[in-house]
Amino acid sequence: MRILVAVKRTLDAYIKVRIKTDNSGVDLSNAKMAMNPFCEIALEEAVRLKEKGVASEVVVVSIGSDKVVEQLRAAMALGADRAIHVQATDDLESLSVAKLLKAVVGREQPSLILLGKQAIDSDNNQVGQMLAALCDLPQATFASSVEVSDGHVTVSREVDGGAQTLQLSLPAVVTADLRLNEPRYAKLPDIMKAKKKPVETLDAQALGVQLKTHLRSVKVSEPPLRKAGIKVQNVSELVARLRDEAKVLP
Amino acid sequence: MKALVLAEHDNKHLKDATRALVNAGLRLADTVEVVVTGSDCAVVAEAAANIAGVSKVWLAQAPDAAHQPPERIGALLVALAGDGQTRAVLATSSANGKNILPRVAALLDVAQLSDVIAIEDANTFVRPIYAGNALATLVSEDPIKVLTLRASSFVEAGNADAPAPMENIPLPEGDGRSRFVSEQLSGSARPELEGAKIVISGGRGLGSAENFALIERLADKLGAAVGASRAAVDAGYVGNELQVGQTGRVVAPDLYIAIGISGAIQHLAGMKDSKVIVAINKDPEAPIFQVADYGLVADLFTAVPELEAQL
Repeated sequence: MRILVAVKRTLDAYIKVRIKTDNSGVDLSNAKMAMNPFCEIALEEAVRLKEKGVASEVVVVSIGSDKVVEQLRAAMALGADRAIHVQATDDLESLSVAKLLKAVVGREQPSLILLGKQAIDSDNNQVGQMLAALCDLPQATFASSVEVSDGHVTVSREVDGGAQTLQLSLPAVVTADLRLNEPRYAKLPDIMKAKKKPVETLDAQALGVQLKTHLRSVKVSEPPLRKAGIKVQNVSELVARLRDEAKVLP
Repeated sequence: MKALVLAEHDNKHLKDATRALVNAGLRLADTVEVVVTGSDCAVVAEAAANIAGVSKVWLAQAPDAAHQPPERIGALLVALAGDGQTRAVLATSSANGKNILPRVAALLDVAQLSDVIAIEDANTFVRPIYAGNALATLVSEDPIKVLTLRASSFVEAGNADAPAPMENIPLPEGDGRSRFVSEQLSGSARPELEGAKIVISGGRGLGSAENFALIERLADKLGAAVGASRAAVDAGYVGNELQVGQTGRVVAPDLYIAIGISGAIQHLAGMKDSKVIVAINKDPEAPIFQVADYGLVADLFTAVPELEAQL
């Protein structure tokens, strides 16, 4: 069984977000970039399925400029067997990403497609669902556990009121939530080995995909700052102020 | 032109977030039609018909659709939106809305905008990116806007004088490739996090699952919802459905009380739009104090019982 994992290169989760002074976007020049944390979780799950003998091959795909090869190498150091780099600009919309991934799914015919539930830059939470719809595959988003057996995947999903369990027949699309697993760190020998693993390069034309722009960014701005208020001395003062000043308590 | 609103509900009760969607829909189209999907949920459709501004309610029920299967509900919304009269499809930024709406957008070949917090005009929308560290203003060129909205950022519609008409519509059948197995819901009697006027959240400072009872007692005294920081969830004090933050629930109550929460950016992204924020923490340097209207530097194990006693 083949698993396809899609990963995105994003600003490192621990780096402070700086907005460009002309409000044209977030300043990523010279910023430390990394694999989107939710994509790391999706990849970890795929690698674990391979280690359990459930999967025979883990293929990782990323879409963007040549820089995403860095994340593809990182993914192979973590256990992916080979990589596909789809050349494109770095700011593709979710729908374009989903269309390109659909073409990759068509070529690779994976039994399971694993993605992070969202990228921590655009926070869209869309690509997995769009891909499932375009490929007409069953979907299970926000997975907190994944088990594969007999042509099915059983997924526990994080929903607003608690958890929900679905069983999907394969092939299927699953997106990873935060608590699915704790991703491992790459070991040095694996990083060395990953340099020799194959990366195939494709582009939208080779995949036969026509891309279209649907959204235009007007500006990216700082959120309104919330000012620190006052420190109260004790509980009595707090209660009095909440009642009389803020009027949020009866 | 009309807007379609996907009702948010649990097959018994319509969530108030739906009211905010109706108002938002009226800013994008002349009329709003609410779509209620699920199982044995006619009572929800009746409630939706009584929201001011709703001109029609579609009710699509099937015995095996109580869990809101995205493949089938997505197909229904695509069919309804394909009438040439639909300008927008709206859902809340709930797990359910986020599960379904990207499918609808993809099948309509339009973009989807997530977590919209402001509608500037019929084509221009504002949404947080980078965990709320930046706000993006975007223009959508698409003929149909497919949006999930943060309901807490929009005013809720009131009640209608007379109910809107209802029409039953079949929910597309499942093809057997996705099967519902089970659901484990917390079933709390407390208010839902998103709609609550008061939210009391606990963090790692509580120290244990048992100590979280302090938060619950205070919440029950105030009729408040209970929330938690990611640290408290990861430590196993409470279930992840209570997590307030960028990767959890986003709330904007009248009063938010953060107890034993340091205030990581992740958490702030989920509550910083609350009207009044109170922080109780023994560390005077905790970042939560930078956003709190009222900060109390104190040991929560003495301050919280004292607070409970004074309310």
